[in-house]
Amino acid sequence: MNVLKQVFAVCLMNLRNVPQRWSTSLVIVIGIAGVVGVLTSILAMGEGFKATLGQAGKPDRTIVLRSGATSELTSGLGREAVDVIKGAAGLARNADGRAIASAEVLVIADLPRQGTGLLANAPIRGVQPEAFELRPEVRIVAGRGFEPGPRELIVGRGAASQFAGMEIGARLAFRDADWTVVGIFEADGGVHESELWGDAETVMSAYRRNGFQSVTAQLENVGAMAAFQAALDEDPRVNVKAETLQSYYAAQSRQMTTLINVLGYAVGYIMAVGALFGALNTMYAAVSTREREIATLRAIGFGGGPILVSVMAEALLLALLGGILGGGLAWLFFNGYTVSTLGANFSQVAFDFRVTGELLLKGISWSLVIGLVGGLLPALRAVRQPVTTALRAL
Amino acid sequence: MKYLHLVWAGLFRKKLRTLLTLLSVVVAFLLFGMLQSVNEAFRAGADQARADRLVTNSRYSIIEMLPIGYLPRIESVPGVRTVAFASWFGGSYQDRPAQFAVFPVDPARYLAAVPEMVLPSDQAETWQRTRDGAIVGQSLAERYGWQIGDRVTVVADIWPKSGGSNDWNFEIVGVYTSPDSAQSEGALLFQHEYFDEARQFARGTVGWFLVQVEDPDRADEVAKAVDALFANSTNETKTQTEKAFAQGFARQFGDIGLIVTSILGAVFFTILVLTGNTMAQAVRERIPELAILKTLGFSDRAVLGLVMAEALLLIVLGGLLGLALAAVAISAVQAILAGIGVQGVSLSVVLMGMAIMVALGLCVGLPPAIRAMRLRVVDALGGHQ
Repeated sequence: MNVLKQVFAVCLMNLRNVPQRWSTSLVIVIGIAGVVGVLTSILAMGEGFKATLGQAGKPDRTIVLRSGATSELTSGLGREAVDVIKGAAGLARNADGRAIASAEVLVIADLPRQGTGLLANAPIRGVQPEAFELRPEVRIVAGRGFEPGPRELIVGRGAASQFAGMEIGARLAFRDADWTVVGIFEADGGVHESELWGDAETVMSAYRRNGFQSVTAQLENVGAMAAFQAALDEDPRVNVKAETLQSYYAAQSRQMTTLINVLGYAVGYIMAVGALFGALNTMYAAVSTREREIATLRAIGFGGGPILVSVMAEALLLALLGGILGGGLAWLFFNGYTVSTLGANFSQVAFDFRVTGELLLKGISWSLVIGLVGGLLPALRAVRQPVTTALRAL
Repeated sequence: MKYLHLVWAGLFRKKLRTLLTLLSVVVAFLLFGMLQSVNEAFRAGADQARADRLVTNSRYSIIEMLPIGYLPRIESVPGVRTVAFASWFGGSYQDRPAQFAVFPVDPARYLAAVPEMVLPSDQAETWQRTRDGAIVGQSLAERYGWQIGDRVTVVADIWPKSGGSNDWNFEIVGVYTSPDSAQSEGALLFQHEYFDEARQFARGTVGWFLVQVEDPDRADEVAKAVDALFANSTNETKTQTEKAFAQGFARQFGDIGLIVTSILGAVFFTILVLTGNTMAQAVRERIPELAILKTLGFSDRAVLGLVMAEALLLIVLGGLLGLALAAVAISAVQAILAGIGVQGVSLSVVLMGMAIMVALGLCVGLPPAIRAMRLRVVDALGGHQ
């Protein structure tokens, strides 16, 4: 009990004195805030990219590509193949008995970006009417849907924020004609929000194509994938590969998220080492200013333990402040910040930074580890100081 | 220089503190060296691209193909020296998307239009004669341990063969070098003729034309003339310098420069606070000493210089150590980074690092140095400062 009391008394006294040393204490706070801020921001980018692709990655939907193709852009399917795929076992059917499936084309248009006006690859998806039944998460939030025939497009929320002139009624010039934007849609934050959608036949005729690239379909249930795959594998008329959207999009996000995570952790670890040196410096300085105080406490009977705990408590508290500050700044500046990069289909994928609670906790745990290591050595020195020498300094 | 000893002694007056500060500076410049090198590698594609060579691709997007029949028409444009062409093959190697460029090209035309690629003439002749022959860059060959005579299979994703097979098998008949930049040694080039005969669809088309112009100053004029040839046709073209093409392409990946700069900004701000604090502390502790220096006859400016020199020395020492470590670190993970073309810490990164060292040193050193300069001997010795 006595020890606890001592610990409490010494810690309280020490923490009350911290403001007097604020300029050195600041080093520990800012150093750690830097590490946590950078780490959290970079990982939030990977988190956002993964979430955007993951949103579209439903386990009960399937995408069929030509075998060998790694993305829709590199794939190609003839009309006969599309009919065979839509007739295969395992697909969910609507009241009319038609498979809930959409054969789609994905092409690229060079469109000017918002702000810079530089051309970037915008993905244009031509879809069949079933696409909306297949993807109920796609909702028109402004304007109306497109009509087959006239060159009309609806624009995803992400594409509207990345490319210039995407408001309703705007005319986009690509592929020897003007297209009219008639609506804006959302897709629960998924990858389709980066796209421009039009009628499949209209897009195909504009791009002078006579074939699709993929078929996306609703499965009867999650377990029907195997039966669907087997039906396609056995059919000699097609040479295709089916997989669930979940595995398709997971593969697409893997490379990018791995790259971002490697960058984030590499930079984070190196910065953490730098911040550790800063923390050590601060705590050594704190211990040396408290030299006489500590010696006096020891002389009047306080044990080594409470002194050690008081130094550690100071280090941890400052580290925690740094961790919260860094995470907070990352959240303030980057949460929801939209950027875009070149995705697997060779076109822009827009995604938001996501500073999740999990990432904030990770940042705080990093800061506490740095505080712990940075406080321990100086704390040991404080305890080992010979009382008489320190007092003689008076 | 004669005061170096004094500066050094002042710096290492408190060894542990200086050492810890020094190590933080080392870490900051280690990060700087590595990130800036990666950043440069991303930009290098555009920096090395030439202004006397044009790229002609479809006006609508880079994925559309152009008829090979455009070749003689582009050649006939005044100011054009040679024309070559290539297509994007893509594909997978060893079960993952190929980590190198694969282009079908016409050997003679391509070698003529891209003179910075060096291929021994006997290998060029063999390549010309071998239908399924391919040449690879030196650094690519080293990465996979390929030798001349080896066979390599690339699995197509866009281009199945007319029989339905996706396997394209090539014999490596040459290894080219690119003396100006090892980064361009990362491609596998094979015969367009073989490609065109064997592919399932889109025969008679190519991805883009490379147009070597006679006079780089007239490149824009030639580009306009080429595009005018095909205006209002079913396949309109967009012609731009290779440099503009590469810049536009790099930008599509997102602003890597901005991300790197933001990270480094956070790092250097932290270092600024950290070393600034150390220097302020060091000067505060040594006020009596500095006063004695002044009493001994050191001028105010000399004291200012001493403190500044100390700050600069600390940062330059740490910075150089950090850059050296970055060079070691990059060569240690060379194999991983080679894919994005990081070759090492370049001179320009070192020079930029030095400029940052001096700027940081000034920022950190100036406030305490001015304080030391303004010190009044009487007050300082009397402990009133």
